[in-house]
Amino acid sequence: MIVVALGYILSATTIQTPLFPDPMGPKMFPYMIAAGVILCAIVMILRPDPEADWPPVQAVMTIGLAVVVMIGYAMALKPLGFLIPTAIAAGILSYQLSPRPLVAAAAGIGLSVGLFVLFRYALDLGLQPFPKDWM
Amino acid sequence: MDLLNNLALGFSVALSFNTLFLAVAGCFLGTIIGALPGLGPSNGVAILIPISFSLGLDATSALVLMTSVYYGAMYGGRISSILLNIPGDEPALMTTLDGYPMAKAGRAGDALVISGVASFVGAFLATIGLMLLAPYLARIAFQFGPAEYFALYLLAFATLGGMASNNQAKAAMAACIGLGIAMIGQDGSGVPRFTHGNLHLLDGIDFLVAIVGLFAISEVFVFLETQGKESSIGVKLGKVTVPVRDIIASGWTMLRASLVGFVAGVLPGAGASLGSFLAYMSEKNIAGEKGKFGTGVPRGVAAPEAGNNAAAGGALVPMLTLGVPGSGTTAVLLALLMTLNITPGPTLFTDKPEVVWGLIATLLIANFVLLAMNVPMVKIFVRILMVPPAILLPGVTMISFVGIFSLSGSDFDLLLMTAFGVLGWVLRKMDVPTVPIILGILLGGNMEDNLRRAMTLSDGDIMFLWSSPIAIGLWAFAIAGFVAPMFLRNLLKKPQAVAD
Repeated sequence: MIVVALGYILSATTIQTPLFPDPMGPKMFPYMIAAGVILCAIVMILRPDPEADWPPVQAVMTIGLAVVVMIGYAMALKPLGFLIPTAIAAGILSYQLSPRPLVAAAAGIGLSVGLFVLFRYALDLGLQPFPKDWM
Repeated sequence: MDLLNNLALGFSVALSFNTLFLAVAGCFLGTIIGALPGLGPSNGVAILIPISFSLGLDATSALVLMTSVYYGAMYGGRISSILLNIPGDEPALMTTLDGYPMAKAGRAGDALVISGVASFVGAFLATIGLMLLAPYLARIAFQFGPAEYFALYLLAFATLGGMASNNQAKAAMAACIGLGIAMIGQDGSGVPRFTHGNLHLLDGIDFLVAIVGLFAISEVFVFLETQGKESSIGVKLGKVTVPVRDIIASGWTMLRASLVGFVAGVLPGAGASLGSFLAYMSEKNIAGEKGKFGTGVPRGVAAPEAGNNAAAGGALVPMLTLGVPGSGTTAVLLALLMTLNITPGPTLFTDKPEVVWGLIATLLIANFVLLAMNVPMVKIFVRILMVPPAILLPGVTMISFVGIFSLSGSDFDLLLMTAFGVLGWVLRKMDVPTVPIILGILLGGNMEDNLRRAMTLSDGDIMFLWSSPIAIGLWAFAIAGFVAPMFLRNLLKKPQAVAD
């Protein structure tokens, strides 16, 4: 954390001074925050808590996969429309929670269609159902 | 007379078909959100905010919807506490202590009805308290200058941070992280900071993105990690009747618990969890050994529910009058207000009375709606509890994504939200509270503005910050609020011991 705070200060020094500076200027407050972070980090090093119990590798992998799915979903939503990425992403997440492929697939497709109908018609959000080229 | 006039104005706003419909819908959604384990009020409100925006609701409607959800979630939290022994949200933890034993003894219906009535008493009295106290506090707040506001923000961080974590340094660190994130983007004078040339960052990080990420998405990760560990052996709900004698017998308990809860809620940072805890503990002490608290007595479910719902109403007081949230969920509601371009604070009461009083009137109505939903219709919600997580969790994730996406249409925000989700999960593992981060992101800009204004007024004299009695008082409270929990911690550890 100290390293992050120092990086933050370094980044803060590059802030330009405005044309009409007030007594504090735009740099002071970030400096104060960084000082606070450093202070807290020192306290945490001097009086450490019991180490957090990190989950087993397997659980981290599960979460890692979920993160990858979400990143993929975030990227896919615009070019591919709502229905297909949602079905895939919801299906994978559902499979991670209860490993029954058929149920997961059904949950994915059901959620995708159900949410689409809800958002599009009940809530009137402008969602793109399919990739633009198909329309 | 002022009060009556204001209330009349409020009801004229609240009694439109549109507003009433939103209030009922909000109460319904809120109760579901509260009842589902893992989806607390702050998560639920956070997910729904972007959606309410894309619906294009005006300020009053959006606020009515969201506060109804908030109140509803506070009611709903007790359902899974009683039936599954899993608190639906954090403040409902204390309700498991007597609620689950009651359910096991075959009195689940009684417990639900008593706690429903207690929730109503607590929330209703707190709404009245809000009505009486808020305008008064707003008048005091008019005397606040930049120095006082700076001290006030500090107070909010100190008390909220002090309560939220077992380690003061971690809470302070979280607050600083939030403040640091708030600095990203252009400052008051238009100077870009920490953008590293990224155009997306020029407008700063939208706090809704951060909130949904830190609360909802990180909750999904926590759930993925702990899946299967929490076995939920449900208790069958028998016939629901109204146990009139038990309700009358716990009348004083409800009143006392409401008062305790309301006070706890008004204090910035304390929030509903503390409200229900204090209410339960004080009733337990009053009842003594004979009270048999913890074995499934009606008063043991009445006290924490009245306490936490009263605290939920109390927490709205500092949020509306001072712009400083009293709890995690009110922090999310503050984000809603700020996005709607409403600046909470004393001027809200003079400039936009229809918003404030419309809200208060709606809350009064919402309470009756919730009473009706939570006593006669409680079976519906019990059925909803049976939705398997394998459908619920992906659903929550998708709604979060669509909500944020429909707000900005930017995939950058979605990536940012996922990043905040990971950050939130790591921090929770390290026992660093996430609420101060949200508070930091929300208040960072204002805090800096006020500090800079104070420095401009005083020509850089730092002593200006301590130049008025109000400011000195706030500083004293801030320091006390930060330090006191270190000593009170032993006392606050008790609920876990009791729960075991």
